[in-house]
This record gives sequence, structure tokens and C-alpha cells, in this order.
Amino acid sequence: MARSLVEKLWERHCVADLGDGTDLLYIDRVLLHERTGSMALKGLKEQGRTVRRPDRAFVCMDHIVDTLPGRGDATVMPGGTAFIQETRAAAVEAGIRVFDIGDRGQGIVHVVSPEQGIALPGATIVCPDSHTCTQGGLGALAWGIGSTEAAHALATQTLVVKRPRTMRVRFEGALSPGVGAKDMVLHLIAAYGAGGGAGYAIEFAGSAVTALSVEGRMTLCNMAVEFAAWTGLVAPDAKTIDWVQGRPFAPKGDLWDRAVADWQELVSDAEAVFDKEIVLDAPSIAPTVTWGTSPQHAIPLTGHVPDPERAADANAAQAQRRALEYMGLLPGDALIGLPINGAFIGSCTNSRLSDLRAAAAVLKGRKVAAGVRAICVPGSTPVKAAAEAEGLHLIFQAAGFEWRESGCSMCFFAGGEHFGKGQRVVTSTNRNFENRQGPGTRSHLASPVTVAASAIAGHIADPRPLLGEA
Amino acid sequence: MDKFTRLTGVAAPLFRANVDTDAIIPSREMKRVSKEGLGEGMFADWRYSDVAARVENPDFVLNRLGYRKAPILLAGPNFGCGSSREHAVWALQDYGIRCVIAPSFGAIFQSNCVRNGILPLVLPEPAVAALATADRPQTLTIDLAAQTVRVPDGTELPFTIAPADKEMLLEGLDAIGITLKRLPAIQDFEGGYRARYPWLFF
Ligand code: SF4
Repeated sequence: MARSLVEKLWERHCVADLGDGTDLLYIDRVLLHERTGSMALKGLKEQGRTVRRPDRAFVCMDHIVDTLPGRGDATVMPGGTAFIQETRAAAVEAGIRVFDIGDRGQGIVHVVSPEQGIALPGATIVCPDSHTCTQGGLGALAWGIGSTEAAHALATQTLVVKRPRTMRVRFEGALSPGVGAKDMVLHLIAAYGAGGGAGYAIEFAGSAVTALSVEGRMTLCNMAVEFAAWTGLVAPDAKTIDWVQGRPFAPKGDLWDRAVADWQELVSDAEAVFDKEIVLDAPSIAPTVTWGTSPQHAIPLTGHVPDPERAADANAAQAQRRALEYMGLLPGDALIGLPINGAFIGSCTNSRLSDLRAAAAVLKGRKVAAGVRAICVPGSTPVKAAAEAEGLHLIFQAAGFEWRESGCSMCFFAGGEHFGKGQRVVTSTNRNFENRQGPGTRSHLASPVTVAASAIAGHIADPRPLLGEA
Repeated sequence: MDKFTRLTGVAAPLFRANVDTDAIIPSREMKRVSKEGLGEGMFADWRYSDVAARVENPDFVLNRLGYRKAPILLAGPNFGCGSSREHAVWALQDYGIRCVIAPSFGAIFQSNCVRNGILPLVLPEPAVAALATADRPQTLTIDLAAQTVRVPDGTELPFTIAPADKEMLLEGLDAIGITLKRLPAIQDFEGGYRARYPWLFF
């Protein structure tokens, strides 16, 4: 019978059918970070249990660590040091490799794992972090779990998982210039709602997805969880294989050849049937920006903030009213021209080398508008080093951007740094929830090029004219 | 883990769509590498008018007369979306919430609930909306074994739940312990798996 890629990966990892649509799945990689991973390790230890395969677990220090130059264990976030030190101690005791502060491989877990060759096509990867789906961009089955489930995965190398329904989202046709993976996924969520993917494992496909770089595919998959999907992935192809080759933990020699032969088979059969299929017209997607407090509150950059009176139902209207109030906007306001206080380029969504290159192309020879606090936080220490080798940091700094050490940084507020109450920020991150980037901070999600163009203009701005000149 | 069998208590309406785990427990409220004291930070941005000083916002449902310490929440669709932080569930648990009724849940949140003795109960949106719009505190009785919610007029609303989740909640089972009983099967699988996909091993 014809099978989809997700079904194939599911079958190869299925240890036992537990009945009622639930299976015991074998887990290839368990990733942890200092904010939730410490609780998983602590929980295990309290139960007197051990990590079954410490060589296939990895810890990244990313969430709470400072991103200011010269950082150490001390954090701007009150109490953050304890998270770092307790996680480190627990990992060392369990024999787990730590991408620690000062390590040349350090960075945001979902950037580090693919970059190090820890994530591989066809692997099952879990992490107590919702954006684990990012790694689906390589053709892995990767999903976020809680700390208790992480302890389960560490102790047993398996998880009890309910079989998801399957969805294929096809973006067909060529993207317009200045439009990228971030715009595609915001467009999808706006069209089908923040709950539109609930219960589904999504395969992103179609000519516009095939045309994306592997990094762009990770951006796309990153926001599958904002669509409420269980996970998202893209079938691996020659681009993926090239991208993985030579990475530190990737297979070598004969094993590499065997792996490649296997990965070439990792596609959905032509006749595969999906529980749901969505087809989107890629050429008609515009640069997309959010106006509200849910990723579904996204509209074309050139659009206007909606009127709650015209919402589909009373609940949507109420949510829109709340969002407008929080964001300090009125129905009908144009997005272009809204004055901003901050610009942020970073996070597991958009902080890989290709993102920084794209933003730098806009920033080159230009200056951030007066009064705008602009920050760039590379997704990993290797991304930072690669960017510096190309001189990108000089472009960011000359434009007036802060150039940071890698970490999650101001993607979320944990009591440390933030943009401030009522501050309007254009951000390459994935969540515009109330208070996500700081108490009262107003976040507009956008692509790195839109963030860069807006930083220069001092208000939300269209990147396309600037790209044209570049 | 505490068992969940029957629960009778007041249901507090918080009927908003897409309430995310950042809202349930803001990041800055996760102060320690521990579950303790998280209840105080639950819904902090909505519950307090001055978060730092812990000044209560009198309009927030759980601060209103009759709803304080309600063990049941009536929530909107996609409740618990967003961050995977299990702290959201631990905060609800620490506060005393034992059941959340919603039209749908964020997937990770839902499974975190089951693993911590909180029943994530799915009812159709119109039914939740009807319960949530009552103008005074309502007491519901939830019977997990029978899979029913008894509402104040005596009607029993049926609900469905995955059998594995039901069993885990009813028995208060230790999920790792259950899986470890299958260790021979896991090892057996692993042997064959390693032979087929050796590059996934170090
Ligand atoms: S960058 Fe943001 S979304 Fe990504 S893992 Fe870090 S906090 Fe989460």
C-alpha cells in the first residue's frame, strides 16, 4: 500500500502497537536545554533511574544564558545561574555531552542539532521544547514534548505516541522576490488559523518548498507548532544530503554511503493518501507581518489591521479586540508606516547564516533609524563565526545593530532583558503572544529582511525596494 | 502521580481562544529548577494588576467571589498552545486545578496534563461556551470512569478520551515503569534497528 513519508518513518520506529492508535516509538535523539531539561534529569534521578543511552542525548545552553559579550554563568535573569549550573551538573553526571557557554558548538538547540549533524534525515528527535519541529526541515521526525516525557525518553529510548493524522501542505509555483519561508508559514497560519494543524503531522511539499534552501525549510517547519501541528517535515533530497555531509556527528565513510542510499528512499509514495491536503499558490504570497497577538493575526505587509466587527464569529471578534488593545492599534490601521522602537533578528526561526546574509544585504551601507534599538543574535556560535568570517558582523554593527553571542535571547522574556512596556518590535521570532518578549511588549513577527528594512525606516517597511537596489 | 477518578467542584470560565502556556505561566515566574510554588505565578499577567507586588486584579475570574480555588477551568479552543513548558501544568496543579474543559488543547500541553494527574477534557465548543457564559459559579461533577460531566440541571454530557490516557489517570500510573516492563522488547527491536540503520548510532 502506498505510504506517506511520515507513515514510513513511523513504521521504522514502531517498537510495539499499544492499541487504540497508540504506539511505542523508538527515539534516536533526545535533546535538552537548561530551562526544561534540568527538570527531566532531576525527575529521573529522584526516581532512581538512569539515562539509557547518554551518547545519544545532548544538552544545549541557550534559553537562559546571557547573550552579552563576555558572558559567563551569571545571568541578567534573576536566578538563571542555578538553571545553568544544575543542568550542567546533572548532564555531566549522566554522561551527556553539553554544548556549554564558551563551547565552539554552543547555540540554540534547534540550530545546533542540525548544524552538528546530530539531527539526521529519517531520525526521531525529541526535546522538551515546542520548536523541536524545526529539525523536520531535514526530513527528521522531530517533535516537542514535556519534561516528564523527556525523562521517559531518556530512561527507555522510547515514547508512547498517538498516531497523528497526516496532512500535506503544498506550496506550488515560484515565490516572488523578497518573500521567503517565514512569509509562507505566516500566510498558511493566517489562512487556516492557529489551530489549523491540530492533530496532524504535516509534510510540506510543492515546488516552492523544494526550491527553498535547507535552512528555509527549517524556518517553515519551525512554525508548524504555531499552526498547532504535532510536527512538520520536508522530505530530504540532494540539497539536504549535501547540507548534512561532513557535519561533526554525521556518518562518515561507508556508513555515509549507506545512509545516503536510505535517505534517497525517504519520500511519500506517489499514491500516498493524506488525511488532509492544502494547496497554496506561492507566487501570490506577499511579505507577511503579524498585527496581533496570535500568529494567525498575520496579513500582507501592505495590508490593514482588520475590523473585529467583521470577524467570522463572536469569539474571533473578542480575540481581535483584545489583540488590538494590547498592540495599541485601531481597525483599519496600515501596517506600513507604524513607528517601531525595536528590531530583533534571532531565534530558532530565523537566525541561521542564510537569514543573516539576507538581512545584511538590506542593511549594507544603511543605518538603523534614530530611536530604534536593533539587535542581532546569531542562532549558534558557529553561525556567528561563519558570519564574522564573511564580515557580516561589520555590516550589522555599522548599521547600528548590536551583535550578540548566541542564544534564545529576547525571543522570550524570562525576567532578564526585554524591550519594555508598550514598545513596538519587529521581530524574526515565532511568537507574538502577549508579554512574550517582555511585559507589555508589542511584537510583530516578520522575515529577517522585513525586520532589517523596518529597522532602517524606523517603522514597519517593505523590504522589496531595498532588495531591488542591492 | 495522583489518581483521577471523580471530581465535583466549581468551574471557572476562562473562555478565550488560543491561551498559550506563556500566559498560563509566564517565563519569569519559573524561578527555580523545581515545581514548587508555581501556583502563585499561574496566569500572573492576568491575575495580578501589579505582578511584582502580587496585587490582585479583581476582574480576573479566579479572583472573583465563588471562583477562587476552583478545581475546574472552562477554557477556549487550543488551550495550552505554544511553549512545551510542563511548568504550565505544574502551575495549574499547584494552584489546585484538576480538570480543564476545552474544545481542544495544544498537543504537548494535553499530554503533559495526563502525565500529571490533570484531566484535559474535550467537549464540543458550543457546550463549553454554554457552561462558560453562566452568570454565577456552577458546580460540575466529572466521572472519568463513566466519561460524563454532570452539569447543574442534572444533564450528563458524555466525553471521549484516549483509553491509554484514561487508564493512566484512573490508575495514577508511572509511565516509565510501564514502559520498562517492555525492556526486552525494546532491546530486541534495538538490535534489528541498529543493524538496519547503523549510522544513527555512535
Ligand atoms: S529561540 Fe525562542 S522559540 Fe526558539 S527555542 Fe529559543 S526561546 Fe524557544
